[in-house]
Amino acid sequence: MLRLSLAAKIGLGAIVAVALAFMYVPLFLVVFNSFNEARIATWPVTDFSLQWWGKAFTSEPIRAAILNSVIVGLGATAVALVLGTLVAFALQRFTFFGKQSVNLLVVLPIALPGVVTGVALNNTYNQILEPIGIQVGYFGMIIAHGTFCIVMVFNNVLARLRRLSPNVEEASRDLGATPWQTFRLVTFPQFRSAFVAGGILAFALSFDEVVVTIFTAPPGVDTLPLWIMNQMARPNEASLVNVVATVVILASFIPVWVSQRLSRDPADRD
Amino acid sequence: MNRRAHLGALLALPMFWLIGIYIFSLVMLLVTAFWITDPFTSKVKPGFTLRNFEQIIANPAYFSTSMRTLGIALAVTILCILISIPLGIFMAKVAGPKMRALLAVAITLPLWAGYLVKILAMRITFTEEGFFNWALSPFGISGPGFSAFTVVLTLTYLWLPYMAVPVYTAIRQLPPNLFDASADLGAGAWHTIRTVVLPLIRPAIIAGSIFTFSLSLGDYIVAKFVGGSTQMIGSIIASNINLNPPIAAAFALVPIAFVVIYLVSVQRTGALERM
Repeated sequence: MLRLSLAAKIGLGAIVAVALAFMYVPLFLVVFNSFNEARIATWPVTDFSLQWWGKAFTSEPIRAAILNSVIVGLGATAVALVLGTLVAFALQRFTFFGKQSVNLLVVLPIALPGVVTGVALNNTYNQILEPIGIQVGYFGMIIAHGTFCIVMVFNNVLARLRRLSPNVEEASRDLGATPWQTFRLVTFPQFRSAFVAGGILAFALSFDEVVVTIFTAPPGVDTLPLWIMNQMARPNEASLVNVVATVVILASFIPVWVSQRLSRDPADRD
Repeated sequence: MNRRAHLGALLALPMFWLIGIYIFSLVMLLVTAFWITDPFTSKVKPGFTLRNFEQIIANPAYFSTSMRTLGIALAVTILCILISIPLGIFMAKVAGPKMRALLAVAITLPLWAGYLVKILAMRITFTEEGFFNWALSPFGISGPGFSAFTVVLTLTYLWLPYMAVPVYTAIRQLPPNLFDASADLGAGAWHTIRTVVLPLIRPAIIAGSIFTFSLSLGDYIVAKFVGGSTQMIGSIIASNINLNPPIAAAFALVPIAFVVIYLVSVQRTGALERM
């Protein structure tokens, strides 16, 4: 055991308490201020009201922004599921020259700063594709999001594939199943939960992304983070942002919880 | 099916996407950094000039922004390490099993609370009439307001889980008999932490620092909303992409260069292989 004096334990406990306060107090302030009567966030909150919640639920721009975020998120997730799974299979089942580079290539879009990815794609869309008559429009966003979401599916599926035993697939083949039957009936069910977990993480990543979106969204189209950011820059209706932010805080905890349950091994599920 | 064809079939689509779209875009951006902007029409012309790169160093405003960004990213990384180590030791060695499970959830949950939401939360906390100044006012002092200091705090807030989780996991995986041996040989807790724990969790700290460092380096939204007049590299890229694409492109290489230098210097310590 690490023998810590009581004073040291109290000292450590105090640091932990401060760190947790530092993490959670600002979030509570957002939740609190969503019930603030005033137009802008204040502290202490003097008058409570539900008026901003009412306004948020009937706001047309918010609804449009959520719809855009969902469409882009689903599109990006679909791209990530297909491409991420393909790469995971290639890297797990084969040894080939350049394997490390392929791995790096998948990680790169999330490792490089968002502003670099955003500016690079913006440059391609506006300076190269537009002059030759290709308008990417709305798809520009989906392409961009899909690119940096691949890694989420890839990581999850690859980690699962590494733990699967090849014997089951061999047995299936020996019993006369076609490759497609083996994949559909034997392989896929074994990595399905990792596939779904990766998809949820990809969607969550896309839903939250703002920097790449700034540079790839077509004019006049807002995703939810873009809407929040634009409202933050215009402080006159700040309390409305707090309502949306509160919903985001609550909603973001759900997919994490689900994906944590799914990616756990069936063996160590309690 | 022959194995090569099978591999090709698996990789064709992903590689078309990642190389054909993403790498192509990065390369085109890189090429733009060497192009010329006509000073009168501000039209971009293909060509070859190193002027854009000269500007990054010669223009004092640009140079100081690069250095400031580097300083902020390093400060965030150090602050994350300073918080994560006591947090990890407390969770792994002091807290009971229930408390430990609760804390493990508590430090990972905010990771998902939404990037902008957290920036908004810090903005509300540190604004002039906000909570922080209110809490400090009985002592007659006022908080940092919107400044480079608040940028460091906010970035630490955003990226702390990337450091705290690996550091905690590493401390948790240390064999308990190492602590027994160290105590039996007469080392106090502080001595044990410094000579036994720290060297063994170094790979985890380095792994976490790659995230905290590179994510801070590329960020500019935080500076925009809680930084007051603080500018970062990203601010310059974003404000120049339409007016002067070559200079934005040249600047996009600065954070990449910093990250590569950081990775190479970290790799020399051999920590990457053990990640």
